[in-house]
Amino acid sequence: MNASTTANVAPLAPRASGDDIPWNKKQRQTRTAGDWIVDIIIWALVAVVVIAVLYPLWFIIISSISDPNAVAGGRVSWLPVDVTFAGFQRIFEESSIWVGYRNTLIYSIVGTAVNMIVTIPVAFALSRAEFKPRRVILFLFTVTMFFSGGLIPSYMLYRDLGILNTWWVFILPGAVSVYNVIVARSFFETSIPEELHDAAQIDGLSYFGYFFKIVVPLSSAILAVIGLYYFVGHWNDFMTGLIYIIDQDKKPLQNVLQQLLLVNQTTSTASVGVSDAQRAADQMKFGIIIVSTLPLLVLYPFLQKYFNKGVMLGAVKG
Amino acid sequence: MNTRHSATVAAVAPSSGVEPRKPGLLERFTDHFQRYWQLWVLSAPALVFVAIFAYVPMWGIQLAFRKFDSARGLTGGEWVGLHYFEQFFTSPLFGEILWNTFRISLWTLVTGFIFPIILALLINQIGSSKVKGFVQTVTYMPHFISTVVIVSMLNIFLDPNNGFIGKLFGDESLLGSTTAITAVYWISEVWQHCGWNCIIYLAALSSVDPSLYEAAKIDGAGRFQLIRYVDFPAILPTAGVLLILQMGSVLNVGFDKIYLLQNSLNMPATEVISTYTFKIGIQSAQFSYSTAIGLFNTIVNFVFLITANAISKRVSNSSIF
Repeated sequence: MNASTTANVAPLAPRASGDDIPWNKKQRQTRTAGDWIVDIIIWALVAVVVIAVLYPLWFIIISSISDPNAVAGGRVSWLPVDVTFAGFQRIFEESSIWVGYRNTLIYSIVGTAVNMIVTIPVAFALSRAEFKPRRVILFLFTVTMFFSGGLIPSYMLYRDLGILNTWWVFILPGAVSVYNVIVARSFFETSIPEELHDAAQIDGLSYFGYFFKIVVPLSSAILAVIGLYYFVGHWNDFMTGLIYIIDQDKKPLQNVLQQLLLVNQTTSTASVGVSDAQRAADQMKFGIIIVSTLPLLVLYPFLQKYFNKGVMLGAVKG
Repeated sequence: MNTRHSATVAAVAPSSGVEPRKPGLLERFTDHFQRYWQLWVLSAPALVFVAIFAYVPMWGIQLAFRKFDSARGLTGGEWVGLHYFEQFFTSPLFGEILWNTFRISLWTLVTGFIFPIILALLINQIGSSKVKGFVQTVTYMPHFISTVVIVSMLNIFLDPNNGFIGKLFGDESLLGSTTAITAVYWISEVWQHCGWNCIIYLAALSSVDPSLYEAAKIDGAGRFQLIRYVDFPAILPTAGVLLILQMGSVLNVGFDKIYLLQNSLNMPATEVISTYTFKIGIQSAQFSYSTAIGLFNTIVNFVFLITANAISKRVSNSSIF
């Protein structure tokens, strides 16, 4: 964690390991009472922030393995009460979740693969200064970030293409995100030295050769970030399944979750004398939240060190 | 072989060209493609996708000015001019929807702009890089949770009977209240995205010249003055550009979350343009009307973006185009 942070915070300027900040080292001996008060305020605020973020997540975890009656009675607050895995057992028996899971896994993996195949090459081409048409192409791309045909014209187009209610609708329309093209292009422009291109030309490499043999292997950081952006986008996509998919067995995970977590919600909160079965169903919700979010949280630690770089590049003027 | 060679020559010595005469248009084209056909091949898939899935629907915008005729296709209907815009502007729901959209997005925009700045200034004050890394890791995490899960968590926490937040607010559900729902919306947005959005400010802060701190301290600046007069100015340019970009979505309330938060009780406060377009267009199949509302939305956003950009250019000299 330590190494990744220091690497992260300073992609632009080689500073900012904590010790360099003047008040940490030199001032330690000459701290005034005022400094101590400021320090205490800062630590208190940081603690509040961390708890405010973590507690809701922690609550979901402990509730998922606590006795449903204890959860409903409000007796679960900091630690699990009467640990039981019945909720998770029920989730494994609930087939609709796994159909959604399978669908989303397919859509996300295939979708991200297509995204990368389309996005990275065009970002490379647009990063070449000698490629004059890039101005026009970039302009045409950027326009689409602010102007779009809107819901109905898109819907009609998908209908005419015959991709409504098929899994192509998850793959094709969002195949290229202009934002990610701009991020990748900034990376190629700023992080791959121009000398490499000169050397490649002298060695007789074409643009294809330069791109595949030199640029791509040097760009693992940006490939990871953009791959993650796309994958998370696919995984969390709710609108596509809502609008363009009718068949239940093609619905992605998020739409199955909506049916399980939210549509049934009103019945459970409205009823006063809730049955045990209802309580168990309520408990299942906690488990479902965990199971559905798990894949992203598993990927998270591996990709975390690339985040800052990705966000910074996105901020570079297009 | 050939293309590569000519490209090298052009790059190394563009002025030592052998042809003194001006080449014709056709010649220039063939020369360009001989050199750069590989870059065109690399761009081709993206160009095709953008053309089909972004520009073809834009062509379909004319549906907003035509009466939809399923037999004659998207662009074959009778031309009715601004009829559907008038229908929207005079609709009894118009005021309510526009106000809801503005209110929710403005709250989200302002709080979503201010809180990441505060958090970044706070995290930057943490001396230990281990703690700093931990706080960053923790605050980024919620960014990756899906909207469906966030909304179900809100349902659980805000439940008036046994949700740990809902209990504090008495018997009435916050999610069913037309007054509380805006706060529920922006607070949960801040909770989810504040950490992620402060990354960019942290990077700006990490590039502050350390001698500035020294100089300020010699001038007698305390901790708060350092934040006020060194850190804060350091992130202002970044903040300006981000604010402009966000102004471009002043009428955009993300569809997913507000749609999932809607229920019959809070509907008067949660019906926004995006959900209304969906209901009118997809659920009740009034294609032209829905397209007109969508177009209105896009135009307002664009006007805001241009205005914010112009103001920023004049005031702080920072702009996005």
